[in-house]
Amino acid sequence: MRRCALALLLACAGLAHAATPEDKLSGVFSAIEANQIDDALARVEALLREHPNFRLAHLVRGDLLLARSRPLETFGNVVKTVPQDRVEGLRDEALARLRALRQRPSDDLLPRYVLQLHPGQKHAFVVDSRRSRLYVYANDEGRPRLIADYYVTLGKNGVEKTRQGDQKTPVGVYHVTANLPRSKLTDFYGAGAFPINYPNEWDKRLGRNGYGIWLHGVPREVYSRPPRASDGCIVLANPDLESVGRYVQVGLTPVIIADEVEWSPAAEVEAERSSLAAALEQWRADWASRDTGRYLEHYSKRFASGRQDYARWAAHKRKVNAAKRWIKVGLSGVAMFRYPRERDFVVVAFEQDYRSDGLSNVMKKRQYWIKEDGRWKILYEGAA
Amino acid sequence: MLKIITACAAALCLSLPARADDVQDASKLLREGQHQQALERVNKVLAKTPRDPQARFLKGLILTEQGKTKEAIQVFTQLTRDHPELPEPYNNLAVIYASQGQYDKARIALEQSIRTHPSYATAYENLGDVYAKLASQAYNKALQIDSSNTGAQNKLSLVRELVGGPAPAAAVKEPPKPPVVVAEKKAPEKVEKPVPAPAADPAAEVLKAVNAWAEAWSRKDADAYLSHYAKDFDPPGKQSRTDWEKSRRSRIDAPKSISVSIASPKVTMAGSDSARVTFRQTYRSDIFTGTSNKTLILVRADGRWQIREEKGG
Repeated sequence: MRRCALALLLACAGLAHAATPEDKLSGVFSAIEANQIDDALARVEALLREHPNFRLAHLVRGDLLLARSRPLETFGNVVKTVPQDRVEGLRDEALARLRALRQRPSDDLLPRYVLQLHPGQKHAFVVDSRRSRLYVYANDEGRPRLIADYYVTLGKNGVEKTRQGDQKTPVGVYHVTANLPRSKLTDFYGAGAFPINYPNEWDKRLGRNGYGIWLHGVPREVYSRPPRASDGCIVLANPDLESVGRYVQVGLTPVIIADEVEWSPAAEVEAERSSLAAALEQWRADWASRDTGRYLEHYSKRFASGRQDYARWAAHKRKVNAAKRWIKVGLSGVAMFRYPRERDFVVVAFEQDYRSDGLSNVMKKRQYWIKEDGRWKILYEGAA
Repeated sequence: MLKIITACAAALCLSLPARADDVQDASKLLREGQHQQALERVNKVLAKTPRDPQARFLKGLILTEQGKTKEAIQVFTQLTRDHPELPEPYNNLAVIYASQGQYDKARIALEQSIRTHPSYATAYENLGDVYAKLASQAYNKALQIDSSNTGAQNKLSLVRELVGGPAPAAAVKEPPKPPVVVAEKKAPEKVEKPVPAPAADPAAEVLKAVNAWAEAWSRKDADAYLSHYAKDFDPPGKQSRTDWEKSRRSRIDAPKSISVSIASPKVTMAGSDSARVTFRQTYRSDIFTGTSNKTLILVRADGRWQIREEKGG
């Protein structure tokens, strides 16, 4: 019975993509569960022929061989004289990989963060720290659709980076800022690297520092690294980094990193998106109406942008708007991402086409919206 | 340890009565360590009956003992082709491969040996050892431990055992080949090579017990470690046995890793059931490293050598 289920599972997986090393490892564990130890050993040996540096697979093979010699006491039954943290890292990797394959995100649920992608953003990445997983979402007419996911290694000390050298991975909404090919890097970074824009405006406002948070590959001698092993970077197996690299658009692809991704029914995500879209449209219309009082109601009293606080911003806007006879504001390419961890906090980015009887310009803009007393308000606004 | 088979099944011998004497002589010469003479005798048999499996098997054995592994492999391999129904040549091939560290080849040969004789105990036993070796290699790769540190190859021992009779099992370590050596249990990594101990010698039994004690300590196996202390062991100071055991356990548990090695042990027998052992003990852990002189007084109780007194400094 179990075997049938496994065959079915593998067949289904086969429809979507060729079996990955992780799928094959899962096949090994399924064989072990079905008490087909010979089959399990044959599978893990086949896997190791393809990926001789897959350390976790070596550990599983060791157990399968040792089990023939004497009973196992634990998973990764190595002698106690070797450093146990090394074994622990591999055990954690096994758990993370297995959990990711057995507990798939439900088809009806979406990460709460991706409210809207703009038409030019072909994909979005969502990283779940607890699951050591990077999910790739395709832009399906502005809505996210899960198309692939990968095991990732994150910072030694977990997430919520605040300080340089804290060996943590930041939590937040970022985007890829560059593409560094293998030829420009040392072997440590493997197949390539994609830096992200940590620290972003919000991080800086909170006084967070540090730099050099990248998505990157692994050195030649390993296939993958344990779940908590980097200095804060997001590390993927080289073949996985190459796959992910095919989805990257430098300057565009969002990378949203959460401790534990919150999943919501698609309808709820849509409701939140439309409520925010309405607030954004009202802001635009109120600006164009030159009713500065109503326009300024869209801004939080805690607003800040660069050295301007709310009072200076309001004074500046009153002066500028009063001098105009007409204003037209057009918004296009709107993207909206809810910020992980923060309560009711959304990053909105768009292209703004501003025309007036005086100045006219087109710019890329980023705003942070928060909910105050049930109403969406702008906390930050600046050029993107 | 891997057992090498030194004689083919009795049925095979009986089918060749004419050669039996010559083959037996050669076999006796081999046991006496007269390898060259044994080889000459067996070659004489083979000159007359070149396909004689018993003589070919014996020749393979002699070559193995002489360290001519390449030729020995040839002889045994050819035997497995001509007589795939015999488990012994597969088994001995496996032993040679294992001694070269070629555990994958050893495993295949042993699996074939078992396929021909599903009830063949020696091959099962050997296969268990080979699996354990393969497992250890796999773990080294998993944990990126340099496998050259483990000294896997030269720790393997061959046990010689006569099939078809109640002949005493004597163990031969190779290479090099001292006459009779008890194959010591494989030491865990980082523990220096335990001192080999001659079998018949009670002093050797004492050393074996001391090595096992150091190994249990290195494994952080508190139960095994404490089992080396006699019932009437006198804990240092005014501690009760229970308190002493408790403090030993916590000290064994605390470090992430421990390695205890023993150097220049001297055994002084006091009668047949009591012995004093002095040695240099090097203790290493992630917390502390130190070398000291140690004296253990061991007594034989219930057929086991156990520690009655432990003195440091």
